[in-house]
Amino acid sequence: MKLNETLEEFGDYIVKALGDDVSDYVVAYDELTILSRRDKIVEVLTFLRDDKNCKFTVLIDVCGADYPMRARRFDVVYHMLSMKKNFRIRVKLTTGEETAVPSVVPLFSSANWYERETWDMYGIMFAGHPDLRRLLSDYGFEGHPLRKDFPLTGYVELRYSEEEKRVVYEPVKLVQEFRDFDFMSPWEGAKYILPADKQTEEGAKD
Amino acid sequence: MAEVDIKNYNINFGPQHPAAHGVLRLVLELDGEVVERADPHIGLLHRGTEKLIENKTYLQAIPYFDRLDYVAPMNQEHAFCLAIEKLMAIEVPERGSYIRVLFSEIGRILNHIMNICSHATDVGALTPMLWGFEQREILMEFYEAVCGARLHANYFRPGGVHQDLPAGLDQRILDFCDSFPKVLKDMESLVVGNRIFKQRNVGIGKVSFAEACDLGFTGAMLRGCDTPWDLRRSQPYELYNRLDFNVIVGKEGDCYDRYILRVEEMYESIKIMRQCIEQMKAGPVSSIDRKVTPPPRAEIKTSMESLIHHFKLYTEGFKVPEGEVYAAVEAPKGEFGVYLVSDGSNKPYRCHVRAPGYPHLQAMSHIAKGHMLADIPALIGSFDIVFGEIDR
Repeated sequence: MKLNETLEEFGDYIVKALGDDVSDYVVAYDELTILSRRDKIVEVLTFLRDDKNCKFTVLIDVCGADYPMRARRFDVVYHMLSMKKNFRIRVKLTTGEETAVPSVVPLFSSANWYERETWDMYGIMFAGHPDLRRLLSDYGFEGHPLRKDFPLTGYVELRYSEEEKRVVYEPVKLVQEFRDFDFMSPWEGAKYILPADKQTEEGAKD
Repeated sequence: MAEVDIKNYNINFGPQHPAAHGVLRLVLELDGEVVERADPHIGLLHRGTEKLIENKTYLQAIPYFDRLDYVAPMNQEHAFCLAIEKLMAIEVPERGSYIRVLFSEIGRILNHIMNICSHATDVGALTPMLWGFEQREILMEFYEAVCGARLHANYFRPGGVHQDLPAGLDQRILDFCDSFPKVLKDMESLVVGNRIFKQRNVGIGKVSFAEACDLGFTGAMLRGCDTPWDLRRSQPYELYNRLDFNVIVGKEGDCYDRYILRVEEMYESIKIMRQCIEQMKAGPVSSIDRKVTPPPRAEIKTSMESLIHHFKLYTEGFKVPEGEVYAAVEAPKGEFGVYLVSDGSNKPYRCHVRAPGYPHLQAMSHIAKGHMLADIPALIGSFDIVFGEIDR
């Protein structure tokens, strides 16, 4: 449990130093997560990069995550590495579809593509990003594929049309439904009505 | 007569270009032969791996990792397995851990052979490719021996590895450890001192330590600028802290240094492989927790409980406790990380793959500026780019 204590100590230090810019810290699975306020992310990362006890000089990764049941559905997750202290830290913030997150490209050049990818995949906007284009998806792609409400198969498929002599986009047609099994046990209280139960209930109504 | 305004020239490098190492479309703005601006367009190999993983059970997700960096497949699986093990607090038995290290190093050699040979080809030396692929073939046979597949291994599983080494494989690997350094020496002698090779690489694509930090470099790209940062040594996972090896660093941070560094790393990998085989003792290769690893085949025939475990594991999979972790390994190309979020079900809620080649390619526009057009293949070669992992 020695490591956890060090992490908590360090988390306390950061929360104290940053005051209102961060809301809390979490220590779980031997990792330290700082929960930042959305509009203060640049200040938080600047502190983590420049403070002599932190020196998180490498921004390893930025990514999004989607929790559609929440009011502010997106998380933006920053992973940082301090080579001097041999330490990793995760900074998280929440944002919605409409609210832009300040871009950290002026701090770390490596954030450029990560933010573009997050925009592409989730539609999270980054204010002040020098070049917020789509990165991974097709030219002219619509929608944000990693959102939970985006279907796994997408909306369009493409093929080469011999008549038109070009690649054409068509609405996706599945020969077989995508088979998504759920493994909720009916003995442990599945959260939906089983098809068989539904029939008997309907039968009882009649 | 007034001076004529000469407009810069834009060219498309790729997406179908042998030196682009896959499907890279690089839009170059040239002033004569000097690169003014380089804009890589990626995503031509985007398969939506992260989305697919969210819709598969944990075990079904492992094969997707082979298809990321298909040059060194097992190293990717490793990061994913480490992430699951961290969430579930599974211990890997010692022999399993040694086998993992052994095959991670085989993956490193596979990758580095591919890289140094194709880099040499990109700048005009064809022979190393022919020699190197003979050696890769032997390593692929080792892959085939343990998992039945040459590329898409699906061998590392949460809790260990899928099966033990077949009889006699350790001796074959030791024989390879004896013969390979000699072949590598020969390959080195072809290019390392070669005048043309040096002209194409020395002083090209120089990166300073500060730049490397800013650009998020890891692995050989970072070590090339005189920084001994290797996750195997600095944040040891598996049994790397028991093994004796050197962390190789470059001095100048140019393409030539990175090339030499990769060659030297292969000698270190051979050293690690030999130690693994010597230190390995008999024992289980994967965790005996039957909720996570399948029971042995023979047991299924006689034990009802084993049959149930086997069936449940391959249909429903296992449930992973709620939480989020980041696990990273020193893949041959740099830090390969997996950010895994679990919601307590049998499928990952979110799985982000941090590919090492991604920030390296991103730096192209920064590094290529001011270089000649002919230096671009040398840069791509030394960045060690594979599109499977960049596009995901």
